[in-house]
Amino acid sequence: MTDTPVTDSYVEKEQAVDREVDPAIEKILHATDAAHPTEGDVAIQNYTINFGPQHPAAHGVLRLVMELNGEIVERIDPHVGLLHRGTEKLIEYKTYAQAIPYFDRLDYCSPACMEHTFVLAIEKLLDLEVPIRAQYLRVFFAELTRISNHMLNLGSHVMDVGAMTPNLWMFEIREDCYGFLERATGARMHHNYFRPGGVHQDVPLKLLTDIADWLDTRLPRLFEDAISLVADNRIFKQRNVDIATVSREDAIKWGFSGPMIRAAGIPWDLRKSQPYDVYAKMDFDVPVGTRGDCYDRFMVRVEEVRQSARIMKQCLAEMPEGPIASLDRKVVPPKRAEMKRSMEALIHHFKLYTEGYHVPAGEVYVATESPKGEFGVYLVSDGSNKPYRCKIRPTAFSHLQAMDFMSRGHMLADTTAILGAMDIVFGECDR
Amino acid sequence: MRAPAPAWAAQLNDATIDAARAAIGGALLDAVEIAGEVQLHVTRDGLVAALIALRDTPGLEYQQLMEIAGVDYPDRAERFEIVYCLLSLTRNHRLHVHVGATEDTPVPSVTDIWPVAGWLEREVYDMYGVLFSGNRDLRRILTDYGFRGHPFRKDFPLTGFVELRYSEEQKRVVYEPVKLAQDFRTFDFESPWEGAQYVLPGDEKAKLPEAKGAPTPATATEVQKAGAAQTPKQDAPAPSQPYAKKDTTSTAETGAGRAETDAVPKPADPDVVPSKGGGQNQ
Repeated sequence: MTDTPVTDSYVEKEQAVDREVDPAIEKILHATDAAHPTEGDVAIQNYTINFGPQHPAAHGVLRLVMELNGEIVERIDPHVGLLHRGTEKLIEYKTYAQAIPYFDRLDYCSPACMEHTFVLAIEKLLDLEVPIRAQYLRVFFAELTRISNHMLNLGSHVMDVGAMTPNLWMFEIREDCYGFLERATGARMHHNYFRPGGVHQDVPLKLLTDIADWLDTRLPRLFEDAISLVADNRIFKQRNVDIATVSREDAIKWGFSGPMIRAAGIPWDLRKSQPYDVYAKMDFDVPVGTRGDCYDRFMVRVEEVRQSARIMKQCLAEMPEGPIASLDRKVVPPKRAEMKRSMEALIHHFKLYTEGYHVPAGEVYVATESPKGEFGVYLVSDGSNKPYRCKIRPTAFSHLQAMDFMSRGHMLADTTAILGAMDIVFGECDR
Repeated sequence: MRAPAPAWAAQLNDATIDAARAAIGGALLDAVEIAGEVQLHVTRDGLVAALIALRDTPGLEYQQLMEIAGVDYPDRAERFEIVYCLLSLTRNHRLHVHVGATEDTPVPSVTDIWPVAGWLEREVYDMYGVLFSGNRDLRRILTDYGFRGHPFRKDFPLTGFVELRYSEEQKRVVYEPVKLAQDFRTFDFESPWEGAQYVLPGDEKAKLPEAKGAPTPATATEVQKAGAAQTPKQDAPAPSQPYAKKDTTSTAETGAGRAETDAVPKPADPDVVPSKGGGQNQ
């Protein structure tokens, strides 16, 4: 009760200060520069500043050349390509199996989903059947990767707009994901786990039970705690709501996909509309935004984490026993133990690890729902053991290109929120 | 289709080809279905009209341009192929539109249809050097500032031409020609047993006319003579009499043609069984 009068007096005092402004200052403050450019000392011309390429909020090596009017963004020219490694050209000189690790290094925050697309493209050209357990494993680890990716993005997004704690909690989850992925694949980040025809190796039962426990206990506790700090937070909403709204028409025209198009109000999820592997059997919801602003993009990703956990639980419940890779020995190499005993297996092993398999000539464009949006591979085969052309469709290219019109008219500080809600990773953008 | 690839409405492929023929008309060079995907080959001049028709015609409705890919086929008359990957959200269908181009023949830009094409065209220009007429911002996008050449062309070496390092003397980054510690290794996997259509590495001499053979090795006497000519002063020790005449050149000395002095037949080798017909070894 004692607080109230104090607050009131504070407000009154502030208003009093407002009223006592010096008329001269008042005149300067309200001088319109356009009409009288010589009047007052607040005549500011547009100026250009350089954001990045080394900036913590740039999420990698992004250089933004920003034209500002005061603190208002007039134009943004993103310069990308600082991480260009010529992946597509390198792939043309490698066999199909040797090209898979390059995909881990594209979007290094969701490596399994990158592999997934390439592997599906090769399988489509080969018309190769994949055992059902392998399909479940691929969906399972793709969803685990999606959670891990969203942990990084949501965490860094809230940190970009000023909150610290949720990021630390979400990195806990991310660390758990990497632990699980390491147990399954042998590598924390660059798994090289998905292979044409299935996956590289089976997972131990203990790993699946550990992940099941984690999905039931640790993930919801950490995640919901972290999100409860920001989802209804006044400051977080002030920084994100109605920032960079994108209409449905713009989202379609600018080639948006993934959470960006869903936040704009279009229920488009490739896992739902164009299911691959066993997504057709999965029961999950597609969250959709209503306003198309940064807050919607954030909340769409939050809900996707919950839906991913739901898909993973279904995978665990339904996953059958069986082979984890196609038994077609002309594509999938035999295991090493088998190779030591069988002459036929030895020949296959040698041929597949030196020459590789020849893929029938053809051209396919295969796109999957990566955590960041539609990640596609346009694969041209000439019938040899190396891809003739492998064009990678990054999600970031279309989203980052829209940065200019999305930021226009917003404050300089909003660009970090806009960039954070886009979820850009430069390994993928620059290739 | 047995592969678990994304299941969009591929059953609409045939209907799509028919609808596209009607909507695009003469600009459509070819419409084929390969690996379950529809490819429309259109003329360069008719590209923009074709894409607008694909976007706006009811029953086609390709609202989104997802990707523009360049491909280099050095053997073709029109070396480059530009591939527009379209997606219909309402029909849940994909197709690609192909158009040919060379370095000198610009492709009309589609930035007025889909603004997303801006960067995609910039990338194709950067990587292949294909020009897009009407793109108002056709700068390089992925390569370095001041880069020369178009790296994804098939005749551009994988290693590039320059490499950069920080120069301690000049206190800045300098470009230098590429120096490889090891030759670029490329392996040839075309099996010679299946009939390679070209000369296999290391097999270049096989097709040449027979070269002059290697010189016959010198005999011992020739070597000796040459040695004697070089060292005339040094006297060789006089050979002892029984070995003075080493080589037998006349039949009188070898005894060829004379009857064998001892007429007694040799005893048959107890270990050798003579064959009936007197085989060639007997």
